Amino acid sequence: MLNNTLLSGKLVRLAAITPEHAEVWAKWRMNSEYLRLADLGPAIFNSVKATHDWMEKHLDDWLEHEFSIRTMDGDQLIGTTGLDGNMKAHGDAFVGIGIGEADYWGKGYGTEAMSLILGYAFMELNLQRVSLDVFEYNERAIHSYEKSGFKIEGRMRNALLREGKRWDIVFMGILREEWLLLHPDPPAATP
Amino acid sequence: MNISDSLFEGKLVCLAPIDHEKDPEVEAGWTHDPAFMRMMYTEPMRPLSVFQVKKRYEELEKKIDERNNQFHFRIRASADKRLLGFCDLHWIAWPNGAAHLQLGIGSPADWRQGYGSEALHMLMRYAFAELNLYRLTAIIPEYNTPAIAFFSKAGFREEVRRRQALARDGRRWDALGFGLLVDEWKDRART
Repeated sequence: MLNNTLLSGKLVRLAAITPEHAEVWAKWRMNSEYLRLADLGPAIFNSVKATHDWMEKHLDDWLEHEFSIRTMDGDQLIGTTGLDGNMKAHGDAFVGIGIGEADYWGKGYGTEAMSLILGYAFMELNLQRVSLDVFEYNERAIHSYEKSGFKIEGRMRNALLREGKRWDIVFMGILREEWLLLHPDPPAATP
Repeated sequence: MNISDSLFEGKLVCLAPIDHEKDPEVEAGWTHDPAFMRMMYTEPMRPLSVFQVKKRYEELEKKIDERNNQFHFRIRASADKRLLGFCDLHWIAWPNGAAHLQLGIGSPADWRQGYGSEALHMLMRYAFAELNLYRLTAIIPEYNTPAIAFFSKAGFREEVRRRQALARDGRRWDALGFGLLVDEWKDRART
């Protein structure tokens, strides 16, 4: 038997993205705190139209492995998560995750979405490891990633300058065998 | 160093633009050598024709023009202007003053002659004294021990070790991030 709940958990599920989400995506980008947690580049919003056009153009490249995060209760679109990187040649991907709806921060939604995308990365894409980088000041995220099994693999010193202060970019990673140790009995193994 | 000290002319090498007539044939030759390509790039190597290299040069110059986040240099021998290699600053994040760099000397016969070292010093000066950057990052595969020694000698420090991020020759290797801050560069330049 295969694991037919690969994409869903208790709080959230991973679902498709569509340019029709542009309005919600654009709304999330009005929150500068969100942008400064998520993006290395300067915090800036985009129009709904520009967002829509960008999504349409990049559905098959940048957004090839990008998912919507939707609540199990109420099916609300609350964020996105996705993978990109040297997947084919090296079995390594960078994961990105963002809960755009600030009401859902700090309540386990992001952590569960991360565990779903890791399951997808290791059990469907058959990756060997998953990487991420996170800003030093985003302590809530670092804590969540550690709960998901990521280990800190280094720090790019002072790589970020915000509010007049220099911050490290923290690199984290989880190996396939580490993930398997944390999931000794995935549903897939149960006949 | 003074304003009148050339940024582009060194003792052994000079930094110069692409020669669209002559360079493609030389670089196409390098792309046939796994010893060079697998040290330089994590993407799977493949030999390129002169035609393909020409096209890549054109695409590169278009990107440089559009994005304003990269600087590319050909490394030529001062004596006869022969093409030795190339170096660049890319992914420049202007608000953070951070950039990645890459440097390669194409033909094994030209390795260990001091060309790369002089080019790196010129590139660092360009980054810190002309672009006013704050830090540089070099990504190096664990198996590229000459590059580790090369960047360490110039003052770069290992900051990140993404475990087993690369697959080559049937085994896995770490991907290392080496970093250098402007103050570290200044301290070394003074002594």
